[in-house]
Amino acid sequence: MAADAVALIDKVKRDPEFHALQKRRARLAWTLSAAMAAIYFGFILLVAFAPAWLATPLGSHTTTVGIPLGLGVILSAFVLTGLYVRRANTEFDVTTQRIIERLS
Amino acid sequence: MNFANLNVEAVVMFLIFVATTLLITRWAASRARTAADFYAAGGGITGFQNGLAIAGDYMSAASFLGISGLVFASGFDGLIYSVGWLVGWPIVLFLIAERLRNLGRYTFADVAAFRLKATPIRTMSAVGTLAVVAFYLIAQMVGAGKLIELLFGLPYVYALIIVGVLMVTYVATGGMVATTWVQIIKACLLLGGATFMALMVLLHFSMSPDAMFKSATETHPDGLSILAPGKLVTDPISAISLGLALMFGTAGLPHILMRFFTVRDAKAARKSVFYATGFIGYFYILTFIIGFGAITLLMNDPSYFKVGEGGVYDKINGMIGGTNMAAVHLSKAVGGDLFLGFISAVAFATILAVVAGLTLAGASAVSHDLYANVFARGRTSETTEVRISKVSAVVIGIFAIWLGYVFEKQNVAFMVGLAFAVAASCNFPVLLMSIFWSGTTTRGAVVGGFLGLASAVGMVLLSPAVWVKTFGFEKAIFPYDSPALFSMTLAFLGIYIVSKLDRSASAAAERAAFESQFVRSETGIGAGSATAH
Repeated sequence: MAADAVALIDKVKRDPEFHALQKRRARLAWTLSAAMAAIYFGFILLVAFAPAWLATPLGSHTTTVGIPLGLGVILSAFVLTGLYVRRANTEFDVTTQRIIERLS
Repeated sequence: MNFANLNVEAVVMFLIFVATTLLITRWAASRARTAADFYAAGGGITGFQNGLAIAGDYMSAASFLGISGLVFASGFDGLIYSVGWLVGWPIVLFLIAERLRNLGRYTFADVAAFRLKATPIRTMSAVGTLAVVAFYLIAQMVGAGKLIELLFGLPYVYALIIVGVLMVTYVATGGMVATTWVQIIKACLLLGGATFMALMVLLHFSMSPDAMFKSATETHPDGLSILAPGKLVTDPISAISLGLALMFGTAGLPHILMRFFTVRDAKAARKSVFYATGFIGYFYILTFIIGFGAITLLMNDPSYFKVGEGGVYDKINGMIGGTNMAAVHLSKAVGGDLFLGFISAVAFATILAVVAGLTLAGASAVSHDLYANVFARGRTSETTEVRISKVSAVVIGIFAIWLGYVFEKQNVAFMVGLAFAVAASCNFPVLLMSIFWSGTTTRGAVVGGFLGLASAVGMVLLSPAVWVKTFGFEKAIFPYDSPALFSMTLAFLGIYIVSKLDRSASAAAERAAFESQFVRSETGIGAGSATAH
């Protein structure tokens, strides 16, 4: 790494705005990870413990409860990644850029 | 040798694919000069392109034919599988992708070795990489040989040699640029073909999924039970263990992790996962529709089955070529011989793209991790490193053909599961702990990583799927097919405990270096793009 990058990293290390930003980022990343794990393992546990409920038909249709639920897990993966990318590529990147410009 | 069953449409369309990709490879070879070009396409791939390429790397012929076949045979259970294959992607995004991009250059070992000692860490990462690549390659090569034999009427060994030679040509002459474009073209063809099939199925039912499900339950011998969880998940421990392997294995696959170095920055790395998740999720929904469509459109037509005396046939296992052929037969049912040829060619292209990605990941681990940083200890030139990589690709190609030959008669269904278990239990814990935990030391990471690798392989060997079904012993020593719950725990505990007990001076220096690594992983300061300097 270039010497100026090393010096900049040292300044960022001690910067309160960086630490505040990092906390927000970490909170979002781990919350969304936990949400994805909860959705997925929730679905798996339903399959293991409540297969009869998943087999219930929706109203007068043939389609069972399990099908929209399973497709919902797929959709939720897409939505959660979208949420993260939107915040990271705007708010987080802008703040990071501002910190770097202020310190360099 | 018997070429009498040669499928002419499929062969012609496949030759067009090969000709196109070889032209691209020649173009890529003329541009690829530096190591950055070879390993990371010079960092010049956009987020959208990389998203397609990741999808191309991930959507194997096994998942296309396997999942639609599973849906055809048992309905809802297929959905449980496809959900598992998808949910690793958000984890890759939230925890790994951008930090990998900010810390590494060509391989994921760059990241683990950022503040830990290069020699032991890179040796271990390379072993982890090569193990995943080998297990994955065995599954792909055997599947490829059998599929091509069936679809194209080409003898098994010829098929292996064609696959081996083409994948080495892509990788050794065109490096990452050629491999990426092979993935992108294949992803478009596969998504296009599957979309057409799913659309034809839905049109058959006036665009009503409910009518499709209703008709399927009336046709399938298992009736209404195909819309409910069946035999796939029997006990919660197996279910959770398999779930962990699928979810975190994705985040430890070396050929997938490599793809994040091909984009310019963290922003593009994030976008590529977003697009990839969308494409892969969409693809799994298509396979679900294709599987259900195949039930109605194929089960009542004896021409797709081995028919016994008096016109009796098994509506599931009697399918010609096995249930994995459901999607292929459906392509004929909805689009005639021409479309059958197209889907067969796409299946071939799919295998080729996946094995090319694996070969590149394996070759990079040998040249960039083992050769340049362990044997030569950094005292080598880029040109030599790239040459070693190309030679490694050739060696891996020959090895892959040999593995395909040796394992022809074996049941290799467990190999992909094993690859995911190793990725989740060795590569992923080392990567995660080195990025996020300041206390991680070289000793901890090496011990934990090898513990995860050894326990995953050991438990799979002793599991019902291998010990009983492959080796033929009476009773399995380890009761579960998927070891991830146990082997991941061992890996993380190993890293944690050994790091905690590590009182060496170098361990203290490694802990002290965490903060700078952390700033760089979060901000990308000093990361630059993968262009040569």
